[in-house]
Amino acid sequence: MVNIKVEFLGGLDVVFEKKRTYDLSIPTDGVDSFTMKDLLDYLVSNMIKNPNDVEVFIEDDTVRPGIITLINDADWELEGELEYEIEDGDVISFTSTLHGG
Amino acid sequence: MSWAPPSDPVNNKSKPIKISQLCELCHCRKAILKRPKNLQKICKECFYYVFETEIHNTIVTNNLFQRGERVAVGASGGKDSTVLAHIMKLLNERHDYGIDITLLSVDEGIVGYRDDSLATVKRNQKQYGLPLEIVSFKELYNWTMDEIVATAGIRNSCTYCGVFRRQSLDRGAQKLNIHHVITGHNADDMAETVLMNILRGDVARLEKSTAIITQSSGSPIKRSKPFKYSYQKEIVLYAHYKKLDYFSTECTYAPEAFRGTARELMKNLEAVRPSCIIDIIHSGENLVLKEKEQRFKKLAPGQDPLTVNSGFIDGNRCERCGYLSSNKICKACMLLEGLEKNRATIILEKDSSVDGAARVMRTLEHLSF
Repeated sequence: MVNIKVEFLGGLDVVFEKKRTYDLSIPTDGVDSFTMKDLLDYLVSNMIKNPNDVEVFIEDDTVRPGIITLINDADWELEGELEYEIEDGDVISFTSTLHGG
Repeated sequence: MSWAPPSDPVNNKSKPIKISQLCELCHCRKAILKRPKNLQKICKECFYYVFETEIHNTIVTNNLFQRGERVAVGASGGKDSTVLAHIMKLLNERHDYGIDITLLSVDEGIVGYRDDSLATVKRNQKQYGLPLEIVSFKELYNWTMDEIVATAGIRNSCTYCGVFRRQSLDRGAQKLNIHHVITGHNADDMAETVLMNILRGDVARLEKSTAIITQSSGSPIKRSKPFKYSYQKEIVLYAHYKKLDYFSTECTYAPEAFRGTARELMKNLEAVRPSCIIDIIHSGENLVLKEKEQRFKKLAPGQDPLTVNSGFIDGNRCERCGYLSSNKICKACMLLEGLEKNRATIILEKDSSVDGAARVMRTLEHLSF
């Protein structure tokens, strides 16, 4: 079980039932490591209600270009992207930059 | 619409920071982002400093402002203009530009979109303590965007909106007696525009599209883009870290399709090589048309073409509204004429179908038997 906070900002909340912040407790099936890759799989299969919305968030098995992913406020590029091992208390945020300013 | 700031991660972990994770500028704090421009890893404090200073340098090198000048910030409530208003106020105080800043917003009359984003602008006004002026399509043209879409259909909505909004900003500035409007166009927008102009072979626009200051011939109002070299990613991160209150919802009407294609291409290019945005701008700046004899035909011998651009020499005015136009009748008046012809002559009482027409259309699209 891993307890984290996930945020969908910059308009991304529309594909997550218009809610910006989620406190999640995700079962990890006894496996020790829960990576960003696992989190994305979890979000896609459990939290995006409309299958057509998946492509708004995911492209080529990773977060779509134009969406900024932060792990505890740090760009995930610096944290190992999909390989980052999530820990209890982490705050993961996804911010879309794709529409008008 | 209420607004909640993004959460602050609590750093309760005692994980040691590796030397390779340190900021490359101050070497003492943990880096939190890799700058797309140069792939430098820097910390939050250093990021604020370099981001703000780069914009300051852009302003100074291009002589954007004169002391005592009154400047209007085109404010939509979106991320770019919110950060722009914040940064301009900050830099004006820090570096004493001596400019007077006003927020200028255009209300296109799109229920469920612009009313919410204007609420954001009104909050910004209080947060930054800047005066705010709102000009509306309804007031200027007696049409709201919702009515226009109901009359002319959703397909051309961006054309109408773009033409009217551009003119509205000028008219709003004129009303306030301000001659300089700054907008939040960023490096990504500019690179997209360069790409779009190349893709559709619009040579005439290509040359002008990278100018930091633009002024239509004869127009008393100039426009400039202090964020010309600022990456969208950094603007969004700046807003995120500073917890600025901005509005982020896609316009309810059809997004501009061609720009969407260019944007997607840009984002994919950026993912491969982040510096490509600045590279495209640089290329755009250096693409200069070979001078044609004809282009300066109207000039008197020995006259410098540059002085003509800033004067009123070829400033033609629209016969109907007096707005600057290269034709007899300006684009806005032409669009209005078409609209008036099609306006419904009978108005239903308590008819609310016009408001948020796009929303209804979107809902209908998803219905099936």
